[in-house]
Amino acid sequence: MLKDITMGQYFPAPSVIHRLDPRTKIIGLILYIAALFTAKSYCSYLLMALMLACIIALSTLRLKMLIKGLKPLIIIIVFTAVLNLLFTEGEHVLIQVWKLRLTLEGVRTAGFMLARLVMLIMGSFMLTYTTPPMTLTDGIERLLSPLKKIRVPVHELAMMMSIALRFIPTLVEETDKIMSAQKARGADFETGGLIRRAKALLPVLVPLFISAFRRADELAVAMESRCYHGGEGRTRMNVLVMKRRDWIALAVCLAVLAAVIALAVFGL
Amino acid sequence: MKPIISTENLTHVYSMGTPFEHTAIRDVCFEAYAGEYLCVIGHTGSGKSTFIQHLNGLLKPTSGVVRFEGEDIHKSKAFTRDVRFRVGLVFQYPEYQLFEETCYKDIAFGPKNMGLAKEEIDRRVHMAAAMANLDEELLARQPFDLSGGQKRRVAIAGVMAMQPSVLILDEPTAGLDPDSRAEVMRNVENYRRTMNACVIMVSHSMEDAARNADRLFVFHDGRLEITGAPAEVFRHSKELQDMGLTVPLAAQVAMGLRARGLPLPEDIYTNGQLIEALLAVKGGEPDA
Repeated sequence: MLKDITMGQYFPAPSVIHRLDPRTKIIGLILYIAALFTAKSYCSYLLMALMLACIIALSTLRLKMLIKGLKPLIIIIVFTAVLNLLFTEGEHVLIQVWKLRLTLEGVRTAGFMLARLVMLIMGSFMLTYTTPPMTLTDGIERLLSPLKKIRVPVHELAMMMSIALRFIPTLVEETDKIMSAQKARGADFETGGLIRRAKALLPVLVPLFISAFRRADELAVAMESRCYHGGEGRTRMNVLVMKRRDWIALAVCLAVLAAVIALAVFGL
Repeated sequence: MKPIISTENLTHVYSMGTPFEHTAIRDVCFEAYAGEYLCVIGHTGSGKSTFIQHLNGLLKPTSGVVRFEGEDIHKSKAFTRDVRFRVGLVFQYPEYQLFEETCYKDIAFGPKNMGLAKEEIDRRVHMAAAMANLDEELLARQPFDLSGGQKRRVAIAGVMAMQPSVLILDEPTAGLDPDSRAEVMRNVENYRRTMNACVIMVSHSMEDAARNADRLFVFHDGRLEITGAPAEVFRHSKELQDMGLTVPLAAQVAMGLRARGLPLPEDIYTNGQLIEALLAVKGGEPDA
């Protein structure tokens, strides 16, 4: 049920992509997204697809899982594609029904938009699929650490993020458990209209909130009793170190971005 | 006699087709009869919680069948829903699932979902409260004001109010003090006798299991390894310990004495039996 949501989950595997430094992966993703939005031609899209395919192949993750992760977003993807299909102005009209025109340019834009969205989502998934959440927040904290100079509470933000991420599975499990318990007493979450369904969730939400507050309280006490006092002077157990493979990966990402920009400039 | 609930070759696999794939239970065959008191034993991860969630149709078997009064509980949606009310399941720490403003309303949640008339719901709430030894005065109070033991009993009363003919409880005494523990056990026993219900208790406590149960079901690694009356099961004390389960103290002492050459019978598991057997060996009478 709820456990089957693969979006944003981490799938462990012994691959190069998994072993990359989280900072490399985050910066790599930013470069990848920048390239994706610069890409305008068939050539550049092909290059981006090739890059994504290489990353997926190197990560040894099954394609099936990536596609499964796309499922919850299908409506948005299709909606965007259809909008582009119908509302793009163009000269080569293919079909016209009333005021809606299906143009060759529309088909092209819709196709590009579809490819861009799918590649965007898949690329972002590759980051969360191959990086444990804790490592990811570590990476973000390190990347944002220059902001400490202008008094941004980077460590605290990262800690909040870690805690939030850490408790997602716990709360999902808890929700599952409470739902089962209420179902065992005949609660029905599947039938009825919108209002009835929303009402049916009350027996789940009330215990869930109570338990979330209880957990927060317990965690705060546990942290305080271990003298947690924020980021000042705190050392880490696993220190992040950039290795050669990280620099190579970054170089590849930069090269792809440069190539896409070049393609755009020369209008290919 | 026909079993009230049974399973045939029940197997359940979690997250099929992902790297997290995991077989929780495998080929479990099980039968329970009205009025029986059964105990399901196994350490964490042995599949006992997965197993009990199949009995009221919360989980669908990957393969195998669960039958209630001889019929497949998944034969139709309506029947599955009906089975939910006739096989009551009390989860671990059930007090965390209380949500209504008053205990009365919370206990009435199950009967209300059954679509019963108002008078019948009222009758059942009072019946269940009496069964769980809750004062009438408590019913009007907020569940969050009560003590841990009282909350637990309100939650159990919430399932009893549906008057299921099979009552399953997943470690109902976990985290309670000895008094509340005894109280809960009395309430459950009371329910079983009054309703001639089948009680299935998931337990860590071998002592409790040995004292109360008619039959024991020992789960290990997703399989039903040992079944039978307590005397038969504790004959396998050595295997039970190898599975990481503790056997009752009397059985442990008897096992130790046997290993040191004392000719004690193999089916000792209560203190009384141990004393008798020891006296028999000594050849004397109990002298106060």
